[in-house]
This record gives sequence, C-alpha cells and structure tokens, in this order.
Amino acid sequence: MSKIEIRLAGVGGQGLILAGLILAEASAIFDNKFVSQTQSYAPLARGAPSKSELIISDREIDYPEVEKADLFLALSQDAYDKYINDLKENGIVIIDKDLLASKHFSSLIALPLTEIAMKSTGKSFSVSMAALGVIAALGKFSSYESLIKSIKKNAPKGTEELNLKAFEAGFSAFGKH
Amino acid sequence: MKEEYIFLSGNEACAEAAIKANLGFFAGYPITPSTEIAEILAERLPSQNKIFIQMEDEIASLAAVIGASIGGLKAMTATSGPGFSLMQEHIGFAVMAEISCVIVNVQRLGPSTGQPTSPSQGDVMQARWGTHGDHPIIALSPSSVKEVFDLTIQAFNLSEKYRIPVILLMDEVVAHMREKLKISTHDIRIYERKKVKLTQNEEYYPYKNEVSKVPALALFGEGYRFHITGLIHDQAGFPTLRIDEINDWQDRIFGKIENNLDEIIQYEEEDLEDAETVIISYGISVRSAQAAKNIARENGKKVGLIKLLTIWPFAEELIKKVSKKVKKIIMPELNRGQLVLEVERNACFGGAQVIRINRLDGKLISPKAILDKI
Repeated sequence: MSKIEIRLAGVGGQGLILAGLILAEASAIFDNKFVSQTQSYAPLARGAPSKSELIISDREIDYPEVEKADLFLALSQDAYDKYINDLKENGIVIIDKDLLASKHFSSLIALPLTEIAMKSTGKSFSVSMAALGVIAALGKFSSYESLIKSIKKNAPKGTEELNLKAFEAGFSAFGKH
Repeated sequence: MKEEYIFLSGNEACAEAAIKANLGFFAGYPITPSTEIAEILAERLPSQNKIFIQMEDEIASLAAVIGASIGGLKAMTATSGPGFSLMQEHIGFAVMAEISCVIVNVQRLGPSTGQPTSPSQGDVMQARWGTHGDHPIIALSPSSVKEVFDLTIQAFNLSEKYRIPVILLMDEVVAHMREKLKISTHDIRIYERKKVKLTQNEEYYPYKNEVSKVPALALFGEGYRFHITGLIHDQAGFPTLRIDEINDWQDRIFGKIENNLDEIIQYEEEDLEDAETVIISYGISVRSAQAAKNIARENGKKVGLIKLLTIWPFAEELIKKVSKKVKKIIMPELNRGQLVLEVERNACFGGAQVIRINRLDGKLISPKAILDKI
C-alpha cells in the first residue's frame, strides 16, 4: 500500500465526521499507518454539506486532502454529483441507494444504508456506522478488528452498543450484496 | 522513557502542549475554529488546580491573561480572526510592559465574521503590525499536528525567556486535521521564568538596562514595589520623557529580539543542495509545497523547499542567501500575498525571480497549482 485516499461525504447529521475519525484512528493507531484526516463542514448543525477525508499511507503524508479517491462514500445526491469524477481508476463508490441515484458501474456498491441503520438501531444517524461496516467487509482499507476497537474508543459514551450494532448490520449486509 | 502514539487534532495537540509547558491560566472566548482548545482546557485545567475562565469577550480575555502572567502563571488565550482583532490593543500593552503570554490565532477566512470553518493565512500582517507603533513581536506557524505541539511549547519558552507576547498562527485545517503524534517526554525542554535575585541593598528594577536586555519580572505580591504602564517608562516602570531613557528603553526592547535571531528564527530546509527552484512556505501551505516538491523531484526537477516555522521576526538573511543561489522562488499562501512581500524585499539582493501563488476561497492550494509554476 503506497497511498490510499478516502472521501466520506454527505450532509451534517449523518455522522460522517465521527465515521472519519473512527476509520482514521483504526488505521493510524490499530493498523499502525500514517494517516492525515481532514474535514469540512458548515457553521450549521444539520443539513449542510459535510465531508471527511483520509489519506492512509506507509510513508509520511505531504498533502493532506483527497485529490483522487480510492474509496468514496456518498450519502447525498449533492455529494455524489460533486465528487463522482474525482476517482482513481477502479475507485470504489459506496452509496445509499435510497438517498441518491447513480448509473451502474462495476465498482459501485449500492445499498439501502439508512434503512439498514434504522432496522438495526432505530436511529437514522447511525448510517455512517453501517457504511463503516461495509468498508470493513471490503477488507482492503482497515480491518474489522481495528474498526471495532476504534468505535469502542471514539463513540460518544453510552452509544458504543448502538454504533456497533449499525456497524455489524452494514458488515453483514455487504455479504448479501 | 515510554513512548506512545496518539491520534489527535491540531487543536488537541495545542492544548496538550500548553499543559506540558506548565500552563497555569487560560482565559478566552470560544470561537470557531479554535473552540476545542478552550473546551479541552476547561476540562483539564481545574482538575490540576489551575485556572480556566471564560470571559465576556476577547478584550477582557487578553487582559486577564496579562494579569495572570504578572501574577506568575504561564498564561494563554486562543481565538480566531474576529477575536484577534479585538486583542490588538492588549498585545501592544503586553509588548510595552514586557509581559509573557501566548496568543493562539486559528486563522479563518476574513475579514469580519468571514467564513468560520474555512482555512486562511490572512492574519500574517496583522500578527506583525496589528497593534500600533513600532514594536517587536514573535509569531510561529505550524504545518502539522506534530509542529503544533512543538511550536506551542516553543511559544511558551520564547515568551517566558524574552518577556514578549508570542503569537501562534494556526489555521482551520491544521487545527482540525488529525494526525499521529509520538509523545516522548525526554526531549521536551521547558523554560521556566527567571527569578529576581538581588544583592543586599540593591534596588529592584523591572526594566533594568542589563546586558541580557531581559531583566527578571517580580511577581505581584512578591514584595517588590514597581510600576507597570503602557506609557514609555524608565527602569522602574514609571513614565519618562527623558531622551536618554527613551533611547535605553528602545535599545533594550528591540535589542532583546534582534540580538537573538539565531535562537528565535526556526526553519527547515529540504532538498536545497542542488535546487534551482525553491518553494518557500509556512503553515498549512507547506503541505501543498512538500507534495509539489516531491512530485517534481520524482520527475528529475531540481526543486527544494524552505519551511518557515518562525514567520516573525522574518528570516531576512536566509532569504538573501537563498536568492543568490537559486533562479526561482515560489511562494504559496492562503491570502492575497502577505509574507511574500518580505520574501520579495529580501530576494532582490540575489535576483531570484519570485512567483506568488495565492488562494482565498477557503480551499487549500493544490500541489498541481504549484507544479504548474515550476
């Protein structure tokens, strides 16, 4: 692995900033990689564009933002439309197929992520944890074990179980995909 | 010594480093993108019997910090552009009265309320000249989480050593970016304030014209009688109109910085030996510059990099020297061209061509934008 670029994008309230932190710490501390994680958000609590970006590398990282993504999670149509062309060749795209429309291509993973989250936890804002479950199932970005450790460490106190449930639901949903 | 990695944001690293540097007092008014510094210190300081106060505004914040410092505590505040503007008057007072304090400004897009969640390097000249009158100042600018940690400690060390406010100029990306940091306590050097030592019958002068140019400041309540004012003062701190005393004061207040530039000015060079083009940068723009330099080197181009960690006082001699060696200097900044003015002023000695790259729409300069100019 030389350098992997991951972009998680949607709207505020979907838990993308926390998901970015969990994935980043899983890679940095538990997988022992170099990681730079940046984020962009608006001065509003919900509804405005929200984005978390990670560079994961075996070497020290210079430019900390994503230019061409190896993995792109899109949880809103706006985010999808804005970044779908900033992909590496065969870059993997994960979308919530109930939230946005996409034409089909071979590296697209379209799942009802919000519904999966709702069914497992009753909370739509655990959608990003379900997405992390899918990312864990892909195997090549961070391991299942590291992500579990990082969720336990970074989820707000009292919500660890809820977040893990959504994560597991996403993980097994990918198997049926 | 035990070493462990932690994964944290620039703001978290700043708060951790301040605690390591023995911060005793924080007063501030939380503002994006600096808020986490106040949040963390609000939680951590009281449990160590240290003081955190949320003030009514940024004017009062720096006033409280100055008072705490005179009382003997290492003191700091953290803000962003709008608050930094309000602090200018008291920055001048701290320079004049020679009170140690650290002021963190996490830059966001301005002017005015601007864009709270977007990075900027627009306060570079304000850090230098925001308060009125000729004055010395120190400003440091980190480009990574590790540098935030190191330079926060350095800010306290320089401030305590030279009795001057030190400004740590961060930006939204450095503040919120998370990276891995190895905390190894054995190589952290913490400077503690000089204590007053008098021989028998010697009078205490808080502004004594001594060789070091930095006399020890007695703490309020320690038993010495002296005066602190924003007026130009004599050695005892009382206002003066005498030309000789004004000259002595000037010689000391500027001399303490100008005579110690080698210690104060920190920078790093990368791949400079055979460079024909050098990218000079500071703060978050260093990361764009490093990426561009690395790609250029892979393609066989002779490109080097200078990372300025201290931006004020400016590394004039370094730029004069480099401008004689290289053909081209590229300077990326998230503003309309601020520190580049200093680069241009000094590069004319050597004749290197200076190319500006500027951006102020809230996004970082891409490595490609720099590569296109190489």
